Amino acid sequence: MSNLTEIKTLSKNGLWSNNPAIVQLLGLCPLLAVTGTVVNAIGLGLATMLVLLMSNIAVSLIRNYVNDSIRLPAFVMIIASLVTCAELLMQAFTYELYQILGIFIPLIVTNCAILGRADAYASKNNPLFAAVDGFMMGLGFLIVLVLLGAAREVIGQGTLFSNMHLIFGDMAHAWEITLVDDYSNFLFAILPPGAFVGMGLIIALKNWIDTEVERRKVSNTEQIKGSKRVRVTGNIS
Amino acid sequence: MGLLTRSSPHTKQNQSTSSIMRWVILLCIPGLIAQTYFFGWGNLHNVLLCSITAVLSEAAILALRKRRIGFYLSDYSALLTGVLLGIALPPLAPWWISVIAASFSIIFVKQLYGGLGYNPFNPAMAGYALVLISFPLAMTSNWASPTTLQENFPSVQQTLASIWEIENAPDGYSGATPLDVYKHEVKASTYEAITSQDIFGSGIVLGWEWVNVAFLLGGLGLLALRIIPWQTPAGVLLGLALPAILFSSNPDQAVPLSIHLLAGATMFGAFFIATDPVSSSTTPRGRFIFGLGVGLFTYIIRTWGSYPDAIAFAVLLMNFAAPLIDVYTQPRTFGHNKAKRGPKAKV
Repeated sequence: MSNLTEIKTLSKNGLWSNNPAIVQLLGLCPLLAVTGTVVNAIGLGLATMLVLLMSNIAVSLIRNYVNDSIRLPAFVMIIASLVTCAELLMQAFTYELYQILGIFIPLIVTNCAILGRADAYASKNNPLFAAVDGFMMGLGFLIVLVLLGAAREVIGQGTLFSNMHLIFGDMAHAWEITLVDDYSNFLFAILPPGAFVGMGLIIALKNWIDTEVERRKVSNTEQIKGSKRVRVTGNIS
Repeated sequence: MGLLTRSSPHTKQNQSTSSIMRWVILLCIPGLIAQTYFFGWGNLHNVLLCSITAVLSEAAILALRKRRIGFYLSDYSALLTGVLLGIALPPLAPWWISVIAASFSIIFVKQLYGGLGYNPFNPAMAGYALVLISFPLAMTSNWASPTTLQENFPSVQQTLASIWEIENAPDGYSGATPLDVYKHEVKASTYEAITSQDIFGSGIVLGWEWVNVAFLLGGLGLLALRIIPWQTPAGVLLGLALPAILFSSNPDQAVPLSIHLLAGATMFGAFFIATDPVSSSTTPRGRFIFGLGVGLFTYIIRTWGSYPDAIAFAVLLMNFAAPLIDVYTQPRTFGHNKAKRGPKAKV
């Protein structure tokens, strides 16, 4: 049973309360740079998620054999090899997307969220938990990427899910939704400053939801009406 | 006997925020009249639309923040932002440009930072830069041609139809600004050839020079009323004029000094934009440096950048630098031998 509760905690952490993108604010460089459209966001998010999952498992497997003082170089080696695999896979199966994302695929190596999870969690826990942690953190990252990508695509170009065939093949040509015909592109949303503003709004929304939830909890527990004052001096008449 | 109820200083502040804002708005009027005379009803319409949007956005955000709406609206700062934006935007810019610029200025640049007094950037110019970067086509092709070049003064209906995109504007109704034309043609042409075009008129630039003179008059009024410090506009004009004299002495090769000073938003920027008390420097010497920087960046971007006018970008760049300028230009405090300046000074 304790396995299940641990997995539940890991999921909640990765997806919400310790989300790598909107709480830990790690990996912001790719997050801000490539979320111009949903397809770019999904491409990079999936690659990051894959690397995070595999690296967490690998780090967890070797955790008892690697000396503490050289653990970070070892982790980076593992992550770099996995990123190379992801890059080659993307080059093979989604070549156009690989070209669009460009330097940001190799740069997944430097995504602090991955090294952070390897050092903070995977190097101290068994492979099953490490895998769940990596998957949930990766999923949390992916969701934020897609959310930001969708918002920027809608505001910037007036479309949603354009070019999805780059990942999902020819059947995805029809997925594109044009929300506004004859839309004059709002370049600000597509340019990096728009990513910062959008990211700020997503973080603000998350914080607002958290405080709202907290407030409701408090108002639910405060049911006892009337004075609770206790008299400590004088005589009670 | 309680004679002294307050501690020093005992000077009386005779200018409230709202009276300052009101005066700035009032002294924009000469410039607005000149704009209307030379470029038609577009600017007046934009001032109205931007002001309404700005005030509504401010009220909405204040309501969200649970602040006193009437109290904060009556400082007129949102209205002033709207007025400045309306003056700065191209006269025939479509209505949604005004709405986006004004609401972004107030909601993102001003209120998200905490409202009046907390915004590190000039709201009007940040809104302007947003739409300039986002909609390059709409922001360059909607400058009105001088009305004196047109067959008759454009009617209100014509202007409204063009701004609200009901019908296309007639030919010759809009055109490039003189700064834009000069900048692009100077490489392959001479001063005489360029200025013989209609939009340069007989003098320097048709219409724009009187708009600038009118804003200069309004600005001098602000100086006389001691609403703005003299250091900022002096710095801006010097910062723009000095490099123009040094590097643009040959009008066949670069935009000459007269056009730098009298075309585009120079006077409006120097007296009404750069002097924003919140986002500019706060020390006397710092304001001069701030102004110099604005002027210099304006010259640099006008000459080597890809935009014909650059007051907005120059002001935003110097807004970044204003806190640092403040650190290094603190004046000597009365009773102390030396001024406490630099990063190690204890505040």
